[in-house]
Parts: sequence; C-alpha cells; structure tokens
Amino acid sequence: MNALWGLLRKETYHILRDRRTLAVLIFMPIVQVILFGFSIRTDVRDVRLAIVDPSPDAATLAIRDRFNASGVFRTVAVAARSADLDALFQMDTVQVAVEFEPDFGRRLASGQPARILVTSDATEPNSGTARQFYVDAVIQGYEAGLPRGPGAVRIVPQARSRFNPTRESTNLFVPGLMAMVLMIIAALMTALSITREKETGTMETLLVSPLRPWQIIVGKVAPYLGIGFVSVLAVLGVARMVFNVPMRGSLTLLLAEGTLFILVALALGILVSARTSSQRVAMLGALMGTMLPTQMLSGFIFPIESMPTALQWVTYVVPARWFVAIARGIMLKGIGITYLWRETAVLVAMTLLLLVASAKSFKVRLQ
Amino acid sequence: MSPAPSGEAIRAHDLTRTFGEFMAVDHITFDVKPGEVFGFLGANGAGKTTAIRMLTGLLAPSGGEASVAGHDVATESEAIKQDIGYMSQRFSLYDDLTVRENIRLYGGIYDLTPSELRDRTRRILDRLGLARAERTLVRAIPLGWKQKLALSVALLHEPKVVFLDEPTSGVDPVTRRQFWELIYEAAHAGTTVLVTTHYMDEAEYCDRISIMVSGRIEAMGAPAELKKQAGVASIDELFVRLARPSAESTRGAA
Amino acid sequence: MTNAPSTADDAHEAVVVDRITKRFDGTIALDDVSVRVNAGELFGFIGPDGAGKTTLFRILTTLIVPDSGIARVLGSDVVEGIWTLRRQIGYMPGRFSLYPDLSVEENLRFFASVFGTTVEREYDQIAPIYVQLEPFRTRRAAALSGGMKQKLALCCALVHRPQILFLDEPTTGVDAVSRREFWELLAKFRAGGLTILVSTPYMEEANRCGRVALLQRGRVLAIDAPKAITASYERPLFAVRAADRFTAIRALRAYRNTASVYPFGEALHFVDARADASPDRITSDAIDALHAAGVTDATVSPTPATIEDVFMARMGAPEGEEPNAQRGNPA
Repeated sequence: MNALWGLLRKETYHILRDRRTLAVLIFMPIVQVILFGFSIRTDVRDVRLAIVDPSPDAATLAIRDRFNASGVFRTVAVAARSADLDALFQMDTVQVAVEFEPDFGRRLASGQPARILVTSDATEPNSGTARQFYVDAVIQGYEAGLPRGPGAVRIVPQARSRFNPTRESTNLFVPGLMAMVLMIIAALMTALSITREKETGTMETLLVSPLRPWQIIVGKVAPYLGIGFVSVLAVLGVARMVFNVPMRGSLTLLLAEGTLFILVALALGILVSARTSSQRVAMLGALMGTMLPTQMLSGFIFPIESMPTALQWVTYVVPARWFVAIARGIMLKGIGITYLWRETAVLVAMTLLLLVASAKSFKVRLQ
Repeated sequence: MSPAPSGEAIRAHDLTRTFGEFMAVDHITFDVKPGEVFGFLGANGAGKTTAIRMLTGLLAPSGGEASVAGHDVATESEAIKQDIGYMSQRFSLYDDLTVRENIRLYGGIYDLTPSELRDRTRRILDRLGLARAERTLVRAIPLGWKQKLALSVALLHEPKVVFLDEPTSGVDPVTRRQFWELIYEAAHAGTTVLVTTHYMDEAEYCDRISIMVSGRIEAMGAPAELKKQAGVASIDELFVRLARPSAESTRGAA
Repeated sequence: MTNAPSTADDAHEAVVVDRITKRFDGTIALDDVSVRVNAGELFGFIGPDGAGKTTLFRILTTLIVPDSGIARVLGSDVVEGIWTLRRQIGYMPGRFSLYPDLSVEENLRFFASVFGTTVEREYDQIAPIYVQLEPFRTRRAAALSGGMKQKLALCCALVHRPQILFLDEPTTGVDAVSRREFWELLAKFRAGGLTILVSTPYMEEANRCGRVALLQRGRVLAIDAPKAITASYERPLFAVRAADRFTAIRALRAYRNTASVYPFGEALHFVDARADASPDRITSDAIDALHAAGVTDATVSPTPATIEDVFMARMGAPEGEEPNAQRGNPA
C-alpha cells in the first residue's frame, strides 16, 4: 500500500509542478465554454431581406413595414423583378426574399387568393424552420388584422429554398467539414515537421549551413502542398460520392481555392512551430489554433450573424470562414470568381502575411 | 546488514538471447560472488545491455539459464526485482521532485518501514552532504550529486545485487572517484555490484571484469591477471586488442 | 595560465575567443573565457559535463549569442558574420543529428547539396572516412552502430570542404575502439591543414591534440600543449599499489601528511603535503602509514602526472562542496 500512496503522491506533484499543462487544463475548459456559449445561438436575428414588389400598394407596404418592425428582418434590397434576386443571393447580400404577386392589394380586397413567394437561401444551417416560422408569423400577424371575409385563405405564402431545395443538411455541413479537416491536417503537417527536426537535433545542423530561413520554410511547405492537394481531392471525392453534395460550379476553381486554403494552413503550422521546439506543444498549438476556431467561428455549424458583434469581428480572421463561404458558393450556388474575388483575395493576403510572419519569426539561432 | 549467503550472487550459464535471426547474447557463462565489484565491459552493440536486461528480469532469455540473488531470471523475474537495485545512465530520479521526495518515493515502492525510511534518508543525506539540499528539486542540483543520489536511492532498500549502467558518464574526475568510493562501501557491506562503463581506468577498480565482443565473453578475470596474460599495460589496450577485429565485421556493428 | 600559441604568427589565428560570458537562467555556462586557436591546429577542449564545451562551440558556430565578450572565427565576428561563417564551418553537434530515416548516401548527398556541391566533386576530401562507410551506404542512418554514426556525421561535416571543423563530443558514449579509430581519422585531416576544434570529457584524449584547454564549470583551468600541462604539475606525484586498495586509500586519507589521494586505475595517486620532504622520505613514511593500517604489500613509487591529475588539482572542489574535498574526502 505504501507503494501505491507513494505513486499517487508523486503523480500529484508532477501535475502540480507542470505549470504550463496545468494552465491549459484549467483554462481551456473555461475558454471553450465561453466561446461555445456565445457562438451557439440559434436565435434568428438580423436576417437580410429582399423585397420584390411589382405593384406596391397599401397592403404590400403594410406587410413590408411589419417585416422591418419585426426586429428579425432587415430589408437590404428592393428588386424590381424576380430575376434580379439571383445576383443578390449569389453575392450573399440577401438571405430571404419576399415576392408579392402583381396587384396584391386588389386581389386581397376582392377576396381572391393573394400570393407571397418566400424564398430562402438554404445553404446555411439556420435556413430551416426557424426563419420560416418568423416569416409566417409576420404574415399571419397582418392577416389577423384584416376584416375576415367568408372563408377564403387570403394570403398564400409559398416557401422555396434556393440552392438546396431538398434542404439536405449534409450540403450545409460538408463544405465546412472539408475546411476543418484540411486546415487541421495541413497545419499539423508543417508544425510537426519543424519541431521534429528541432527535437531530433537535425535542426542544429541545418542552421549551421548557408540555408536561409525562407529556403527552409519553402522547403517544408512545398512538398506538403502536393500532399495537401491530394487531401483536397480525397475530401471532395467523399463529399460528392458518399454524401452527394452537388457540384454546381467550377471544379477547377474549387481545387484552386482548396489549394490556396491549404497554403494558409501550412503557413499557420509554420508560425506555430517557429516558437516552440517540442512536438507535443506544436501539436497542441496547431490543434487549438485551427480546430477550435474552425469549428466554432467559421459559420459552418453556428451561424455568424447570430453571434455577438464582437465575435463576428473575430471571425474575419478565421481563414476557414472565408473558405467555407467559397466552398458553399461554388458547390451549392454555382457561382464563380466574379462573386468570390473578395474571399479569395482575403485568403491570398492571409497566406502572404503568414508566410512573411513565419519567415520573420523563424529563429536563425538556437536561442 | 547480514552478509549474503554463500554461493554466487549472479550466475549465468550459456545465457542466450536472439532477436529474430540476430544473436545479441551468445551463450555467455560467468558468475559473480557476493560482495564483488564486477565490471561488465564491451563495445556498443556487443550485447551488454541485452545481457543486463535479462539479469534484471526485464527480458526473457532465449536459451541457457541465469540466477540473480538466488532467483531464476526466467521463472522468478518478479522476485528478482525486490532483491536488486538498478541505476541507469539516464537517472532514475524524477527531476520535478525534491531530493527528499525522491527518496521517500522509492522507500514507499520498496516497502520500507517509516523508521527505516527516516534512518536511511538521514544517512544518505549526511553521507552525500545533501542535507542543505533536501528540499531542492533534483533538476536544480549539480550532475555529480544527482549521480551519487541515484546510486544511494538504488541502494536504499539494501538489495543483494545492484546493477549500474554507465553511472559516471560525463561527471568530473573528482566526483567520479567519490562515486566509486560509494561503490566500494556498498561492496564492503556485502552488496554485489555489476557495473558497465566506458572509462577503462574504472575497469581497474573492479575485482573482476568481463569483456563482451559480438555477444560472447572474450575475456574474464581480475584486471591485473588479464593484463599480465595478454602482455598489455592497460585494460584499454586489452579491450582494443579484443574488440578491434569485430569492428570490421558486419554483424550488428555498423 | 599560459596561452602560448604553437606558431609565433598571431595573424594566423583561426579562432579568437575574448572574455566570453554566457548565462542560462541564472546558471553561468561560460565565465570570462578567453582562448586563441591557430590555423591548422588540432585543439582540444577537455572537461566534464557542465564545463561549457557545448555552449562555447555553439557560440563559435553562430548558434547562440554570448552575453558579453567577442568571438571571431576565420576573421569574422560570430554575431555579425553568421552568413559568411555558415558557409565556411563544418560542425558536428553533440548528439547524433543526421536524418535517421535517410540512408548513409542520402544524408551525405543532402548535406553536399545544401552547401552547393556534390559528393562526387568532393569525394577525395572525404574518401578516408567514406571507404569505411561505403559497405553500408544504403543502410538507414538509424540502423548504424554508434561508431559508424559518428563517422557518417564527420563525413557530412567535411563534405563541403570547410576551413574549420567543430566537433562537439564526437567520442562520447562510444567504445574505446571506435574512439581510437575516430582520432586516427582526425589526425589524417589535420595533416591536410584543416583547423580542428574538438571537445571531449575523456582526459586522456588530450594527448591526441596539439594544444588543449581544460574547462570546468565555465572556467578555463589551463591552456597549453598537453606535455606542458602535465609538466606543470606542482608537486611530486606517487603511485601507491596494494592488493587491498580500499583499506589503503582509507589509511592514506587518515595519514596526516596526505595532501591528496585518489584512485587512478590500478594505483592510487598520492601527493604528500610537505614541500620539503625528499622522495625517499615521502615513500618510506607512506609505507609506514600503510603498514600501520595493516597494508603490508604496498609499493610506492614516483609517477608522471597525467592530464587528469592536473585537472583534478586545478579544479578545486566539485560543485557545491567544501574545499576540503581536495583531500579526497567526499563532502
């Protein structure tokens, strides 16, 4: 029994005296709970609304006012015709569109069915029943205020989901999953490669040579780019063949963007490992720096617009956020570079920034 | 401490160990008497570490037999562990525990009574001059002290046989000699000591030595006799003479 | 402490170390160390773990920066001139630092390419070592024995024809035979004019070098040719031989005239405290003391000092101990 107590005591000492691991064990859960708490919001708010109202009248205007006053919707565009909505959806400017039938008010007044077509961008997780519920609520609220006539259903809301008519949830999640998997693998690869050299001592020999930091970094990143590309293909293949996620846009573009994203992740891995010489720490750092933000802040599970504003700003620096938008856009919306140039530019800028930062922080000496 | 019973403290007869087709230890036969200091020499890859692992009950022999402190290594490996001490080059002490805590931990592992533990801790601290450092973390004490402390801890439960694997590597010459005085004291008190080393002058401190080459024992005996027989002035020369032919072979080496 | 160069011309200094100090976390690794090494020398840094050998080599190979002091290698400052120096230096770090999953050939080829050359072009340079490695050239580095790993590392350090070679403890942990072979190889390269700096904890290896510096806990104890160092041993040294060494050493420890007594291989090295006693006097008094303790077969004779003797005399007490350890009494 002596021996057992002795061992228990020793293990306790080890735990208490390893401050760094202790800090992680205690603070990590706290940070996670806070982040999760703020990002898991399924409340619907700040939904961007487009209106198509060919013949505005008192009824349509009243309903439009109700939408604006609901606190849930925000009219961002008024389109003349239904066809104009395409671009708005593709650019992600609007999430819901409400189209009134021509002569809406007159038809209502004369007891004929008056139709409202509600279209929702179904590439996002929150596009489901929650939004629909609010739309119905607004419309019913108006209906309730009307003098009731004999029997006719006055307003016929027609719901349609754009881009994802059957509302497959895999279509929603898989692009984001791709981003997460690629990011983790790529960042881990470079982080481990560099720290492995430091741990085995070969880094010491490399340093006492004419090799410059940028050469070492490129030497580390380039081969993994090849493997990364294969990962992109593999993940895409699974998405298509196992989950039947549609591929409505250009495959070439998606592969190119995927490779760009891998580059960002590789550079991030280098940055993580520039500061540490332990493989274990590098692995933890790579996982914390990639998996956590990607899961929670890229918008692939928890919608970004539901998060507190401060957290929304944070998502701008999460590379996966941009790639998820790109992947969804290409695969589900079928849009091209003309609509995605902004996101692409952000990824390019991130890559350059991270590569330069890692070259700068790469220690040219041992200390 | 009562002297060990008569008979050998370590006995090996045709002890063999193979790994697949590779014979790491090739039918070695030797014995060590109680209270002897036995030097177990050999080049890297000659089979020393494998042989020691078998003797300490960590590895089962492929053939032959051996006994340590009266226990058969093949069938009584657990019993052996109670009766032996072990100190490896890479320390057996925990860096993030203090001197005192390390001693107490091993005291617990070997089931010392509280009074035994108290007495022996005191004795060790005084003998090594570590009284001032008893609450210092082991990682903060000088290398030489660590080595001496590790040896003392290996001897804490007063084992019959203690195995020391390159215990003085890298230590300054004065401390090395102090270390060997601790070994002599233990041997005089009846503990059998089997030690490996790369310092050939330390081979001379041993009562008897064996030199392993390619898994076999090529020389065994008291250092002075071996030197006389081979007509060399130092164990270093004897070693080179025995080991050099195998340096060119492809067996294991290179 | 002498710092006499082996050649008179100071302009041919390959390495200049001037009052270098380096601390890590409050521990002093190098304490005001100054050394000069001439071109073409085979220079040894002798000392146990913690002496500062690795720290000094890392400073000289531009891997770390000293806290104070100046160091120049081949005329370039180690802090300012790192990109110049990294082309000119060959370095073998303290532990095996080649790629374990690459073969002998692949490792060699990689290091050649990093320096902008090829194995073929430099073959004559590395041939003396490579012939020993050639039979194993497709074997993975991890599967080599300790001695062969050292040789491969030496090869990789030499393949780009450096002007100066730094070998940090190349023989540590390696058996006596491999150690000898390694030094024989070094002698060949030194004969070709290469400046070689080697560090080692094995005192007797000092004799293989042209000049050595003895280092202990960041301080230089001596710098000179090995023979000059041993000649500088201040007192007459005696070897005491007896069958029962344990009792003999106890007896001499208790003997009032002992300045120091230590085991040295099969003998004990004994120094008498009296400065004026003759060798015969010392001998007979010591034998009497041993007799009194029951050691009747002892012989006492003068013996030349070794590097280790000098080291021990100069190093003072081991770290953390009282100075009376000089008598050989632990703590």
